[in-house]
Amino acid sequence: MSAPSIPLPSPSQTVGPYLSIGMAWLNCPDLVDTGRPDAITVTGRVLDADGLPVPDAVLELWQADQSGRFPTAGADPDTSPPGWSGWGRCPTDADGGYHFTTVVPGPVDDRQAPHADLSVFMRGLLQRLVTRIYFPPRAGVAGADRWLPPSDDPVVAGVPAERTGTLVARPSADGYRFDVHLGGDAETVFFAW
Amino acid sequence: MTLTHGPQLQPDPPYRAPAYRSSERRAPSAPLVPLPLGPTERAGPLFGHQTITPADADLTRQHPGEPLGERINVSGRLLDDRGRGIAGQLIEIWQANAAGRYTHPVDQHRAPLDPNFTGAGRCLTGPDGSYRFVTIKPGAYPWRNHPNAWRPAHIHFSVFGRMFTERLVTQMYFPGDPLIEHDAIATSITDPAALARLVASFDWETTEEEWALGYRFDVVVGGHLATPVEGPA
Ligand SMILES: [Fe+2]
Repeated sequence: MSAPSIPLPSPSQTVGPYLSIGMAWLNCPDLVDTGRPDAITVTGRVLDADGLPVPDAVLELWQADQSGRFPTAGADPDTSPPGWSGWGRCPTDADGGYHFTTVVPGPVDDRQAPHADLSVFMRGLLQRLVTRIYFPPRAGVAGADRWLPPSDDPVVAGVPAERTGTLVARPSADGYRFDVHLGGDAETVFFAW
Repeated sequence: MTLTHGPQLQPDPPYRAPAYRSSERRAPSAPLVPLPLGPTERAGPLFGHQTITPADADLTRQHPGEPLGERINVSGRLLDDRGRGIAGQLIEIWQANAAGRYTHPVDQHRAPLDPNFTGAGRCLTGPDGSYRFVTIKPGAYPWRNHPNAWRPAHIHFSVFGRMFTERLVTQMYFPGDPLIEHDAIATSITDPAALARLVASFDWETTEEEWALGYRFDVVVGGHLATPVEGPA
């Protein structure tokens, strides 16, 4: 038997209960300065199959900036908010709660509605879970009438109709709410590719 | 571009692994939904603006004194699934001390904490994807998954690839550890060949005379969450 010419992937393992030792140094729930006029909060809770809060998860948010761009090595930094990385990390609290401050992502192409990708890590998960947070148009936001609604999004179109609601954040006073349900009647849609 | 791994290249454990009790209430019940990759998934975060110093990669020099235990060099490369090194990306590690105890309030194992060991490290990969940590060999530790359950010695690895799809958190095990085959987390990986890729190899080249043993551990990102496809790529 000859050795494979390309390496095979390393399998995933759980982050375990002590993830904060290695990951907390980079907790950064604020992707933008909280004082920015266009800053929004994205808050919610992570709940297990019994509806109990998950107090030991870490969430990672990944999204385009307000113009729909991602940071690249050669990108023009002037188009993004100061210090913009498009990435945030937030552990859940004792109540399963999390809190990001960010901007509503712009369109990444002509077809997809404003969205962020969310990775979920915790003890008990042998591999991360990936979902999407969709941002529906929000009253009082300039230009929001031009956003594509989540219902027109090609990724949402591939989701069983009765479950698409789990991907759409609910407008709140200063942003959006988005809960992650690992199971139960309202189980969040999780993706593979 | 589509990811076209066959089922045999899908390396990851299932979410629901009955032998690993905590997976029961946290694994999703519904099947994963295919996500056609778009610009969001083909991009990924860049690191390097954070303050990372060489000391962050030497877990034996983060306190005034030296930690107890067997000093080791752990090095390798971060590779994509075509074997190309991934440069400038972030690797985070965390581990128990030599006695098998974590510096974490949840860990109540009756083994001593080491005031000279925190057990956290991080680095950015070099131009060829290489990385190197100096640490001490972690001890095995008990957990409550089942009676007399022990985790094999391991180091947690969190890595970022070039794309969102390449994000990976895993664990590195040590060669010859008799606990691996009894461990519910390691054996949640059903393919023994895939599990073997999480076992570091002893390495004379990075073993330093009268100083430290060397272990090599390459991390290959790709294929994660890839839905098996039928037919040739
Ligand atoms: Fe561990």
